Amino acid sequence: MRLLVNKIFLALSVLSALIGLAFLAWILTTLFIKGLGSFHFALFLNDLIDGGLRNLIIGQMILAGLASIIGIPLGMAAGIYIQEYGRGRYAEVIRDLSDIMMSAPSIVIGAFVYAVVVVPTGGTSGFAGAIALAIMMIPVVINTTDNMLSLVPRELREAGIALGASKYKVIIDIVIKAAKVGIMTGVLLAFARIIGETAPLLFTSETSNYFSLDLTESFPSLTVSIYDLANEPEESSRDLAWAASFILTVLVLVINLIGRFITRNKD
Amino acid sequence: MEKIFQKLALSSASLVFVLLVGIFITLYTAAKPAIDEFGFNFIINPNWNKEVPVVTTPVATVTSSAKVSDDAIIADEDNEDDDMMLDDEDETSTKTIYGGLVPIVGTLLTTLIALVFSLPIAMGIAVFLAEIAPKNISNIVGIAIELLAAIPSIIFGMWGLYYFAPIIADMFGGYQVSLLTAGLVLGVMILPFMAAITRDSMNTTPAVLKESAYALGATKFEVIKDIIFPYSKTGIIGSIILALGRALGETMAVAFLIGSIFVLPEKITDPTISIPVAMANNFGEASGLGESALFYLALILFIISFAVISIAKFYFLKKAK
Repeated sequence: MRLLVNKIFLALSVLSALIGLAFLAWILTTLFIKGLGSFHFALFLNDLIDGGLRNLIIGQMILAGLASIIGIPLGMAAGIYIQEYGRGRYAEVIRDLSDIMMSAPSIVIGAFVYAVVVVPTGGTSGFAGAIALAIMMIPVVINTTDNMLSLVPRELREAGIALGASKYKVIIDIVIKAAKVGIMTGVLLAFARIIGETAPLLFTSETSNYFSLDLTESFPSLTVSIYDLANEPEESSRDLAWAASFILTVLVLVINLIGRFITRNKD
Repeated sequence: MEKIFQKLALSSASLVFVLLVGIFITLYTAAKPAIDEFGFNFIINPNWNKEVPVVTTPVATVTSSAKVSDDAIIADEDNEDDDMMLDDEDETSTKTIYGGLVPIVGTLLTTLIALVFSLPIAMGIAVFLAEIAPKNISNIVGIAIELLAAIPSIIFGMWGLYYFAPIIADMFGGYQVSLLTAGLVLGVMILPFMAAITRDSMNTTPAVLKESAYALGATKFEVIKDIIFPYSKTGIIGSIILALGRALGETMAVAFLIGSIFVLPEKITDPTISIPVAMANNFGEASGLGESALFYLALILFIISFAVISIAKFYFLKKAK
């Protein structure tokens, strides 16, 4: 009886794993079949107005890239404060708040940026979109930096200080160098996470059918356009949405795999 | 130089605090007109963007507005009344009222369905990864599950609408866009997240405890039930609540599937709306009181998810450490 219960339980557990894998396989096959079916290289050459995706892909990259330029230094500096300077309660509170912010609904962050950036500046803009994504990114970068710096042995810091280096020298030249790979991986995963975000961009950057590098205007966004295209009645729009989803997913998964590969090699 | 560096680090850290307080204050300020107009009754009022006649006797405003909303509930049973009421507009002066009950109920129900669906499977996966599979298989399946977590939510929405929902609708009847299909796709989405953090909790069980139990002749099931679950219970509950927090605020996966109409569902297979979807689909056209009401919804969502995540983090996950 005990052995039978054990067998049933183990079988159910294996079955759960198979269900999880089946969903992954199902989604990926759908993407491959639908996405590759409508995929052609002209998509990279034309803008959305001519039935291509060029402006959207470049636009999404710029939004996520700009968000990284804003979010990574701020997140790293905050992480350094928590781990290296913070003594006592304040650093602890910031760490907890950052954890909470990491799980805050992304649409709420979109609404916040709408109220503090879009309304005062008189309209949606690439800047507003990048700020919304940066706010999403900061807590993730803080979390990574915090964790990775905590793995750097105390002795390294003490050795640096014993040689007469000032504290910031020790942090920049020794601690950060030692934790470089881990932080890079975390930042890469944070980038992969925000590049696939839609909700914070809906009413901050919106999207545009045309190629644009003007960050003060509505800015082309791949994800927002996928949402628009997928809801249109024409088959051709939906096919384009599938092709765009395929490109987006491949991009996100490749960045993720690179991140995991880097950490694996380090171990 | 030292001082500047330290100040920079400190101000970046403080930015987190400023942002969170800023989000709260901003949402509250933007929601203020709607809060003043509708008060806490907003939460239990099922009418959204509905024209109601204003009773002109100024003396009895409080009692009459209560009566009006009762009438409105009855009128809502047949939704086409909306248009007819608009036509009658010129007869008496009207005002537009907004109530949040439908999106609030929609958010809670989709999250509940997602949880009921994903909980057993996520637990099974976590057990498989932590205890059953050999190391290399566990690694590979673990990476696959984490890749599933990395797929953008909009992809889940599209896949759900065009491939998953038709099958569910065939099985259970009803509409393809409904509470049920939205909840299930949401469940698939939080599945890998819940499985991964539950596995991490289970992995904190000391090997000595497990080995002792095996030495006494316990089966794998008994070790998991009597050693691992009790040991990592608080961590597992924390993980589940954290996944719940994710599900509450999810927009895109639900937006494709919930149907996006402000009607209370009578059955699980009926379409309705959730708070994030109400914001995603109505923010663009809204202005004035309507926009303020959407901010009111955003504030409610923010407070709920803040509370849920705090409980998970501070009560369960701290204790687990």
